[in-house]
Amino acid sequence: MRFLGMVLLAALGLMSLTAGFAGAQSSGPLRIEITEGVIEPLPFALPVFQAETGDATGVAAQISQVVSGDLVGTGLFREIPATAFISTVSNFADPVQYADWKAINAQALITGAVAVQGNQLTVKFRLYDVFSGAEMGSGLQFSGTPEGWRRMAHKVADAVYSRITGEGGYFDSRVVYVSETGSKDARQKRLAIMDYDGANVQFLTDSSAIVLAPRFSPNGDRVIYTSYETGFPRIYLLDVGSVQRRVLENQEGTMSFAPRFAPDGQNIVFSLSQGGNTDIYAMNVGGGGTQRLTSAPSIETAPSFSPDGSQIVFESDRSGSQQLYIMPAGGGEARRISFGPGRYGTPVWSPRGDLIAFTKQNGGRFHIGVMRTDGAEERLLTASFLDEGPTWAPNGRVIMFTRESQGASGSSTLYSVDISGRNLRPVRTPDGGSDPSWSPLLK
Amino acid sequence: MKPTAKILLLVAGLALAACTNPGRFGADGSTGGVGGGSGGAIVPGSANDPTSTAYFNQTIGDRVLFAVDQSDLTPEGRAVLDGQSSWLLTNTDFTAIIEGHADEQGTREYNVGLGARRANSVREYLISKGVAGNRLRTVSYGKERPIEICSNEACYAKNRRAVTVLAGGLTG
Repeated sequence: MRFLGMVLLAALGLMSLTAGFAGAQSSGPLRIEITEGVIEPLPFALPVFQAETGDATGVAAQISQVVSGDLVGTGLFREIPATAFISTVSNFADPVQYADWKAINAQALITGAVAVQGNQLTVKFRLYDVFSGAEMGSGLQFSGTPEGWRRMAHKVADAVYSRITGEGGYFDSRVVYVSETGSKDARQKRLAIMDYDGANVQFLTDSSAIVLAPRFSPNGDRVIYTSYETGFPRIYLLDVGSVQRRVLENQEGTMSFAPRFAPDGQNIVFSLSQGGNTDIYAMNVGGGGTQRLTSAPSIETAPSFSPDGSQIVFESDRSGSQQLYIMPAGGGEARRISFGPGRYGTPVWSPRGDLIAFTKQNGGRFHIGVMRTDGAEERLLTASFLDEGPTWAPNGRVIMFTRESQGASGSSTLYSVDISGRNLRPVRTPDGGSDPSWSPLLK
Repeated sequence: MKPTAKILLLVAGLALAACTNPGRFGADGSTGGVGGGSGGAIVPGSANDPTSTAYFNQTIGDRVLFAVDQSDLTPEGRAVLDGQSSWLLTNTDFTAIIEGHADEQGTREYNVGLGARRANSVREYLISKGVAGNRLRTVSYGKERPIEICSNEACYAKNRRAVTVLAGGLTG
């Protein structure tokens, strides 16, 4: 409650662009093409943002650190340590000594300033293309409450990332996931939500019942998930701000699971098992009953909408093993899109619409992979004892997933990897983590 | 062959035991113990009380196992379920929830579906032997509740299971 209030306040205050900054340079040589193969990380310098008010020193340092962390965490950027700097930036408004930054091979220079006035925190920054000797884009300023400092840092980093890569950012986003403790035969699970980088973890349920696979609504205000609260798997809708929840689907003699929102935020698709058979259904979260979308004697599950809402990708073992299929959003003829060796499950449509991420099981190993929506250009990004359950970053360039380690002491950890297969890294969480769902970029 | 013969003997024993008065399982598990076995007096609720949950779980067998990615019953599984159905037909106060489970080698959602299939196989079989469908509910735990936690076939084989969990027994 308190947290959301704060976030909303921050959001309201954010994005008040300040005029008077230097003009833009549309496309200089400073550019990362992140779809290309292995690249050398781009070196940048980020002198600690200046504190423009006496009490802003601490938060200015923290913000600088988060901005650097965001950029370095992509694997696309490398930070030049401050000990190498020749120039100091003593005033945000001073002209940049490009030669000093060139000399240490900084291709990008990010400068910033932070002020705290009463209950308002203001962050401004500029991005310079050192080798062109010009500012890249114009300076931006964000303001909000001091508690929202991390979000402002993420917004700065998103702007830098966006200007250099030409892609949308993804740092100012959140992840809802299942927090796990205990051994495999005594595992405790509870829903948790956090910033994309693992900061600000907040628990949404206790661990009294198994919870599975939470999914964000399209604007991030609600979460649908599966809980065994009643003793049977049922779909629940939870309001992130109030943490109030209600059961959505509770037909006696059935089990419901694997829910996911349609892009309209009102309709959902999910699996319902009855008499041992699992099919895909749709319903409106406002009520009005369920609509059956598949009717095969096989297991149809893990449905995910295309971003335009017109199609659904799902998995089915109708061919004898788990494979991926696409059908119209209202049900009907499905076409199979996965044909490689092994089994394919948990398909998730990219927010850009171009790719489908999936879990592949083959030869005793699990992989996270991506393919085009017609099944072409399959690419495996990871391999391990057990990887599963991909979710897309809001810009469709990074995937987060669950990695479970082997054996009696095995545990679950969230990992992220970019769609070229580079930059595989664990996402830090206080306990184990599984079933991540990435929010859209926050507003 | 041999297990089947054993089951038949047990079932014969059950038919006799059915004349005794059920309805004293419940919370007095403390008196249950391991159930002595050889020729001792029947301790109500213990494993040597043929009307007890402990007897059902230990002597009849509360679970059947499945092959990888399968929900078809094995001959061994059917033999156990024959025992379960006879017991349930005798001890009519009981209802049961059949829990379907999968090993960890599969994706989460699929395994919920697979567990549902397994639980349903057991339910359908018990119904075919005359147990009323309204006494049998099913639930799938997918791969969420393994009982063995090593990551090899020895453990996986025990986790691919459907367990008949008795409930009620104390009708109002």
